[in-house]
Amino acid sequence: MAVNLSQAEENQFAHLKEDYANKGFIVTKVDDLINWARTGSLHWLTFGLACCAVEMMHVGTPRYDVERFGAAPRASPRHADVLIVAGTLTNKMAPALRKAYDQMAEPRYVISMGSCANGGGYYHYSYSVVRGCDRIVPIDIYVPGCPPTAEALLYGILQLQKRIRREGNIVR
Amino acid sequence: MSSNLENALEAIKQFEKILSSKIIFDQLEIEVDKNDIIDVLSFLKEAEHFQFRQLSDVAGVDYPNKSPRFEVVYHLLDFKQNIRLRIKSKVGIDETIPSITSIFPCANWYERETFDMYGIEFTGHPDLRRLLTDYNFEGFPLRKDFPLTGTVEVRYSEIEKKVIYEPVKLQQDFRSFDIQSPWEGTKYEDTVKPSETDHEQ
Repeated sequence: MAVNLSQAEENQFAHLKEDYANKGFIVTKVDDLINWARTGSLHWLTFGLACCAVEMMHVGTPRYDVERFGAAPRASPRHADVLIVAGTLTNKMAPALRKAYDQMAEPRYVISMGSCANGGGYYHYSYSVVRGCDRIVPIDIYVPGCPPTAEALLYGILQLQKRIRREGNIVR
Repeated sequence: MSSNLENALEAIKQFEKILSSKIIFDQLEIEVDKNDIIDVLSFLKEAEHFQFRQLSDVAGVDYPNKSPRFEVVYHLLDFKQNIRLRIKSKVGIDETIPSITSIFPCANWYERETFDMYGIEFTGHPDLRRLLTDYNFEGFPLRKDFPLTGTVEVRYSEIEKKVIYEPVKLQQDFRSFDIQSPWEGTKYEDTVKPSETDHEQ
């Protein structure tokens, strides 16, 4: 893939290359290093609740291949960095979602995927559905759609990476 | 196909406990008294002319204007002759209906679901608990008098550190979108007056 870099970026890379070749190491900020590590291994917890789960599966398949961004599906919340709430969250499921979230290690992030997770969506007035999963867990990224395409979710994951990079804090 | 159905209908009519029977939408439909349901089902399952061996579904219906108010509907399949049969049985609001789990064990969860949604009690059921709704749920959601939004909603409480239940508080009331409304909805060709279309052109 051809990458178009600006002149300033070219110079920066040339500088890095020179440092590495001459000294054998690169000097950088700890924040940058940690953010690089965090954005590069956003392992997601598969919390598929409805049809959105199918699109979440697609994002892991070779066509969209989210693993090229270092994001791999994990079945245990203790391994995961990001929780993707994919589908309709019902009242009965809400305590289980919170429990899964509580088991995740810091730093942890949550992506709310699809209309139902964002605000109840089609089931907003239902007697059994939570009107938005942000009532249960804090959300970092909302992905709209019903269901969102795999590309939309992929874009959401990239947005989350951007957010982590911008935030730049070690402690959340 | 139709003669097959009619033959089955004739055969079913021989059984005296059936209140009424007819063919509707290419399917058999019969009505029985709720106290005869076990007899009728065991007859249909074991009879000579047909074997309704599969119970596809048990459902409830709520008719708020009728008395008795509820209907329990059993769907049977004779997979040898490919005939489907619908059995209806009326149940009042404070009445019970015998469970058919002794004949069709698969009715266990169907009856639990019907109980969950309509509050119809099945006597003789081995384990009549709620099936789908939330733990400690109150009310029967598919009854017509159950409010759409229910009575409680959940949220996580930072103080109590757990998911708590609160009375429903809607940010925006439920709206029913009317397609006939003058300021909203689709404009269909055949409802537009000729003079209006002329004017638009």
